[in-house]
Amino acid sequence: MTDSNDPMAEIRASFFIECEELLEALQDGLEALNDGAGDPETINVVFRAVHSIKGGAGAFGLEALVRFAHRFETVLDEIRAGRMVADANALKLFFQCSDHLSDLVRISRDAGTLPEDETSKLLALLDELLGENGAIPEEEEVEEEIDFQPAALSFDLDLGDADEGDALDLLPPLTFDEDEGPRSSRYEITFKPENELYETGNEPFQILRALDEMGECKVTCKTDQVPELASLAPENAYLSWHIELTTDVEEAEISAAFEFVEGLCLLDIKSVDDEDTQEEQNGSEDSTADADPISELTTPAAKVEEVSEPDPIAELSKPAPEATEKVVAPQKAEQKTPTPAAPAKSVVRVDLDRIERLVNLVGELVINQAMLSQSLESSGLSPHSDAMNGLEEFQRLTRDIQDSVMMIRAQPVKSLFQRMSRIVRESSAAVDKDVRLVTNGEGTEVDKTVIERLADPLTHMIRNAVDHGLETTDARLAAGKPAQGQVKLTAAHRSGRVVIEVADDGAGINRPKVLQIAIDKGLIPKDASLSESEIDNLLFLPGFSTASVVSDLSGRGVGMDVVRTAIQALGGRITISSTPGSGTTFSISLPLTLAVLDGMVVQVADETLVLPLNVVIETLTLSNDDVEMVRPGANVVRVRSGFVPLFDLGEELGYRGPIDDYEGSVVLLIAHEDESRAALIIDSIQDQRQVVIKGLDDSFYRAPGIAAATILGDGQIALILDTSDIITNAIGSNISGHSSTVSGATS
Amino acid sequence: MSEKDTPETLELLTFQLADQEYSLDIMSVREIRGWTRTTPLPHAPSYMKGVINLRGTVLPVMDLAQRLGLSPREHTDRNVIIVVNHEESMTGLLVDAVSDIIALTVDDLQPPPEMQPSASQNVVSALTLINERMIRVLDLSTIVSKEQSSAA
Repeated sequence: MTDSNDPMAEIRASFFIECEELLEALQDGLEALNDGAGDPETINVVFRAVHSIKGGAGAFGLEALVRFAHRFETVLDEIRAGRMVADANALKLFFQCSDHLSDLVRISRDAGTLPEDETSKLLALLDELLGENGAIPEEEEVEEEIDFQPAALSFDLDLGDADEGDALDLLPPLTFDEDEGPRSSRYEITFKPENELYETGNEPFQILRALDEMGECKVTCKTDQVPELASLAPENAYLSWHIELTTDVEEAEISAAFEFVEGLCLLDIKSVDDEDTQEEQNGSEDSTADADPISELTTPAAKVEEVSEPDPIAELSKPAPEATEKVVAPQKAEQKTPTPAAPAKSVVRVDLDRIERLVNLVGELVINQAMLSQSLESSGLSPHSDAMNGLEEFQRLTRDIQDSVMMIRAQPVKSLFQRMSRIVRESSAAVDKDVRLVTNGEGTEVDKTVIERLADPLTHMIRNAVDHGLETTDARLAAGKPAQGQVKLTAAHRSGRVVIEVADDGAGINRPKVLQIAIDKGLIPKDASLSESEIDNLLFLPGFSTASVVSDLSGRGVGMDVVRTAIQALGGRITISSTPGSGTTFSISLPLTLAVLDGMVVQVADETLVLPLNVVIETLTLSNDDVEMVRPGANVVRVRSGFVPLFDLGEELGYRGPIDDYEGSVVLLIAHEDESRAALIIDSIQDQRQVVIKGLDDSFYRAPGIAAATILGDGQIALILDTSDIITNAIGSNISGHSSTVSGATS
Repeated sequence: MSEKDTPETLELLTFQLADQEYSLDIMSVREIRGWTRTTPLPHAPSYMKGVINLRGTVLPVMDLAQRLGLSPREHTDRNVIIVVNHEESMTGLLVDAVSDIIALTVDDLQPPPEMQPSASQNVVSALTLINERMIRVLDLSTIVSKEQSSAA
């Protein structure tokens, strides 16, 4: 990306990462508002997201972004202040603005050309919205009107102050009475920034200034926490402030001034007129002494008085007498570190390359472990020997490490789904249809790589669903459906895989038309008779999508071959099911991770193969009586009361000819997500274990039925089977004529 | 290639294939490995021998003789796999034996006489003479080209 030696570039990069998170929060907030959650906190979140983007953009001189975000923020502020209502109309515009904001962020990041037209259009719309609700004068940025007024701050260095516990008395931050009405009253505010406040670039002075504007303000700075110069850590926060504010603004507005440092400071706002609070404050003076977070932070050496103490060693070893009440503090701090007001989960941002490397290393570890196990087992050691016990422990550890590493890469599909809601908004506007996107299972976690590579195919499918899947509003009403079409996006874990579904409640696939087009284009013979699902699968044929005729089709087909290729590249499969008149569902089934798999290692015709363990439901030993012939070349096996198609894996893979005697053959009963079952004849089962998936470079040959490869304990490569693909191929080769064309394309 | 004053030099790795001598630009050669058993890929074209484990990577291996249409032979211990890199992807080429590394200039190369009508078969990009032996210079991109994938 950028030169990593340039610190500015790094800061910039982290700003854009932050923007992504903020945009996500913005989107979430808007969705919540859209769903009728109009609570102040949601509006605050939305406002804050836009504000923070503006702030960051300002720091990097991204003028266009600042300008747009500022106007957006102004309107949001009106809503926050209750002077405006976020009705459906406004929300629609907000969604557009949010989309545009993310465009602007992206363009600013990639230094692209800004879409001035779109910006000014939306700005005009925002102004219009403001105008309807009574235009307010464009206020200037707070940042721009800073002029230093040192008089507003008195750096009160009265040392006697230090023991005035009441000034430092702290209640849980941001406690204020909801029912308190607006009146001219006096407030005592205690404000102690944490280190994080400065780290996040906030400036207490701004807040103090804002308070100063609210009324008569007396600010006292507490410097008693400042250590002597030698032990002063410049990045630590030592100062705190005691503010006496006489104002007629509401308490909520005072806390709003601290909005951006919420959770980054210890804050207490008290109405002095409120007797109860006052009493409590005085009464609790003693008991709060050790609970006082500031005291906890305070080490005896930090006392200002001690600056004058001549012997620094004595200072450190023996606290000054007047600091006795704080002697307990250091131990206290050890056992209970002061937590910020909002204990957020701490998150580390890591370069994906580093995780990738870790994943690869763990993969090597698993292979090495397998090699070690194999050689130890073949050395004839007793299973109760130390070495074997150690090996068992090693295997367990390896597995734990692997699971943990995989978890690092797992991410909820939420961000992907959010992008899709935008696609629905845009594409439905383009074709003038009223469409609602319903999402389900946003929390489903998938490997990050999978999420990234899923974005394009999913976009395509969503567009298709809106454009081709759903009927026009008139047609829907004529068919007795609600005017608003629905596209449903679902993610779920199913039998060790992730299944993502795109479903619409449209007209379904127009099969006669699809068939006609395929015949016209020469993709299938004229006299072909295809089953319904075979017709549906024609949409995936590469030739099917190219012609413009297809886009007029009420069914699907634009670029679905591309979608399928992308899904297959992820080791996934895509299937269609469609009911005429009530809609079409595409389901994508993907492996959870691209790196490991619980596999069953089997032997077929001297070759070692691996099957994904989750498809195997049962193992059987055949007798000839179990096998019935349906017609030549197509056998079924009787499993309890049902019949399951039987395939010889060795023959299907071309490793050997057909076998004529089934007596004693080992069979794996497998089942796929679509509930289809099949029985596969193998020679023997070797093992069940985790294998590391190694991609096959299929740049010049893609083996049908093979998903990937893995390295066995002896260093040999074993192929990992895609059982679903094998069975599709097998069925295709069993049926003569046209279907070979279809299956050839589906392989 | 037309700079006559300072003719470009290149090094070729020469090897044996069915008693004939072939060569490849040494810049595309990553390493040379002894023959190991390959894991066959199902339904693969006959020249695809399968895949081997190259220090943790899955490496496809093709029998170069078969790829060039020469008659198949028995494998011996002297057979080696030349690992080549072409456009970011690695391929193993199974050859009978590696002979030598020769240095020559572009001027020493001569284009093969036009005999073969099929462009896809045109895997020999140049010919050269070393000690009165004719050495065929292979065009790697044709050998590992993706167009072959539709063969199945």
